[in-house]
Amino acid sequence: MYHKEKSIQIKNSASALYNNLGVLRIAPRSLTYFTVVHANVVNMVSASWDGLNYSHRQLQSKEPNVATSTSLIMQAAFCALPSRDLLVVTSQKGIQMYESDGSTMVYWHALDTPDTPTDQAVFARGISAVGKSYICVGDSSGSILVFDVPSKGSNITLSDVLKGHKKSITDIASECSGSQDCIADLISADDGGNLCVWKSGEEFQRFNNIPGFDISCTSVKLWKGTAVAGYGTGQIRLYEAVTGILHAEVNAHARWIYSLDIAPFSGLLLSAAEDSLVRVWHLSIKPESLSVEVAHLHNECVTDTQICGAKFCDGDGHAFAVTGYDLSEIIRYTQS
Amino acid sequence: MSSRTLPLLFINLGGEMLYILDQRLRAQNIPADKAKKVMNDIISTMFNKKFLDELFKPQELYSKKALRTVFDRLAHASIMRLNQASMDKLYDLMTMAFKYQVLLCPRPKDILLVSFNHMDAIKEFVKDIPCILTQVDETYQQLIQIYTNLSSGEFQLIRQTLLIFFQDMHIRVSIFLKDKVQNSNGRFVLPTSGPVPYGTQVPGLIRMFNCTGKEVSRLQFSNGGNYNAAIREGSFEIFGDRVTKLGTNMYSVSRPVETLMSGTSTNSAQHAKVNMAPNPLAKEELNLLARLMGGLEVQKPGNADNGFRVNLFATDEEEEEAFISRPDELSYGVIKIQATQDQQASAELAKIMGEFSESGDQSPIVSSKGDDLLAMMDGL
Repeated sequence: MYHKEKSIQIKNSASALYNNLGVLRIAPRSLTYFTVVHANVVNMVSASWDGLNYSHRQLQSKEPNVATSTSLIMQAAFCALPSRDLLVVTSQKGIQMYESDGSTMVYWHALDTPDTPTDQAVFARGISAVGKSYICVGDSSGSILVFDVPSKGSNITLSDVLKGHKKSITDIASECSGSQDCIADLISADDGGNLCVWKSGEEFQRFNNIPGFDISCTSVKLWKGTAVAGYGTGQIRLYEAVTGILHAEVNAHARWIYSLDIAPFSGLLLSAAEDSLVRVWHLSIKPESLSVEVAHLHNECVTDTQICGAKFCDGDGHAFAVTGYDLSEIIRYTQS
Repeated sequence: MSSRTLPLLFINLGGEMLYILDQRLRAQNIPADKAKKVMNDIISTMFNKKFLDELFKPQELYSKKALRTVFDRLAHASIMRLNQASMDKLYDLMTMAFKYQVLLCPRPKDILLVSFNHMDAIKEFVKDIPCILTQVDETYQQLIQIYTNLSSGEFQLIRQTLLIFFQDMHIRVSIFLKDKVQNSNGRFVLPTSGPVPYGTQVPGLIRMFNCTGKEVSRLQFSNGGNYNAAIREGSFEIFGDRVTKLGTNMYSVSRPVETLMSGTSTNSAQHAKVNMAPNPLAKEELNLLARLMGGLEVQKPGNADNGFRVNLFATDEEEEEAFISRPDELSYGVIKIQATQDQQASAELAKIMGEFSESGDQSPIVSSKGDDLLAMMDGL
């Protein structure tokens, strides 16, 4: 169903972090941007679709104007808003937002870090764009920071702090089907496996809590009102987001799931785990019964690699890319 | 990232160090009483209360340089001496062994079981010496108290922090190559077969439910591997069957300790870049290191007859050759510390500070921090 393509070499190897691959497709310029986190550096590659041009850039996690401050990066992800695309980088010290090509930092938000470290680690993790102008970022205390982003410039403001989680946020996702009439358009997950379902707006509303089983939910997606969540037990569960009804449960992987992605136009689901496997599934929503069906389509094994990031490169799921711990390449697969 | 990583890193690396030294002491036919003294001195130093109190404080992981310095000191806590080449090799083996264990742990929480395996073996080494045994038991208690109630997510954060520490290390270890757990490119074999971790189901089943929660269909899929059900969980108590073999002693007299200095599988420029990345936390780290080192009470070597040198290589010539030919990108850039006399110690410390200060403005650092460090070293 898929075959391996030529890999893209990156300057550093990928670190073992959840959802460690960012992809942004720039159709007007026939380019795709990729981001892979290595310790305190984000490796960015801009790849032309004809496979001939690759340009690299590295972003460091640094507080602006402080030469020696540095911290480990937890996640880097693209946020595609109607008016603009931004690259958001979250670390132990705070949240940085860049223009999508990584050329300029447009915003910096510092986290409250205590002077002497405590038991509880401090970091930001979990990034998603939602609605017309919001970017949501989670943190280690379970809070979700909501930033209001103007269509141009750097006048980004923190407009809300959502409390719904008691454990560290692992991932946040917005409704990706493009449908305007979804009741809820945002989902967040935490280290206890709990999911919160929200509706964005001037005031965000929490619609539902889907409790976990004390196992981390490491990656979450929202598609046509269905929450798709990957867990440390290797299971994937599909819930109806606003009611919390469990539609399907898949014993998908033999180790911790590190990344999920959905191709919204085709309903393809990608799952990747520490067990070296990437699996492709198909989700279909049956309107008459409002149930969701899951079918397994394909496996790819990245030998001797703990996978940490996997994403479709386009909305149909025609191609996908994969990163793994200690690997200095982005592996690509295309439909045959 | 996780502020709870350092104790686990230290105990596991220390455990591996003891396995290797134990094997070398036997292979070199060091007299039993001397060998025992070395093991006891090192273990006693490792579990020194002041030292461990400092270690167990919530803090970020040290840099590779700093940690290597601590282990240099630890290895020289007794009458045994190691040349630079042997110390380098010892450290390579320790780190690759623990990297292997961390990667292969089925669940992040199993890192604690690996730590207990090391602790169990250490306890066995000193079972006849009540005062050291007490120190070890107290450490068990501390480990249990701090780690057994951490969530799976917090353990995974510890694991991720360790994996960043071990990033890009691909030194080939001949015992791993022989056992086919490491490939010739230095990467570890991750099998897609065997028992799944405790708490995980064998992949292959899709269950679908209707709105009332009733299962309406089941589908099987091919999981691309050869898995079987999880085995029982290991014990997290002071005594118990840990179940996992990770962290147990893989060396014996018949399975000698060797590495192959093949360099890295990635290009040297990339590796060198990673090693040379400036550590902006150098000043802070230096203070921590000083406090830690202050707690490491080094035994003053008695008469010269007692001391001896251990070689991690088969012959002295091999050791010399290894020292000359070690690739630059694999050098740990560490200063040897022989705290034999105060004068020598302070000179060495001044050198440490010079080494750690990457920013180049050395004088301010020397004057302000130097006094603190010297004062602490005086306590030795």
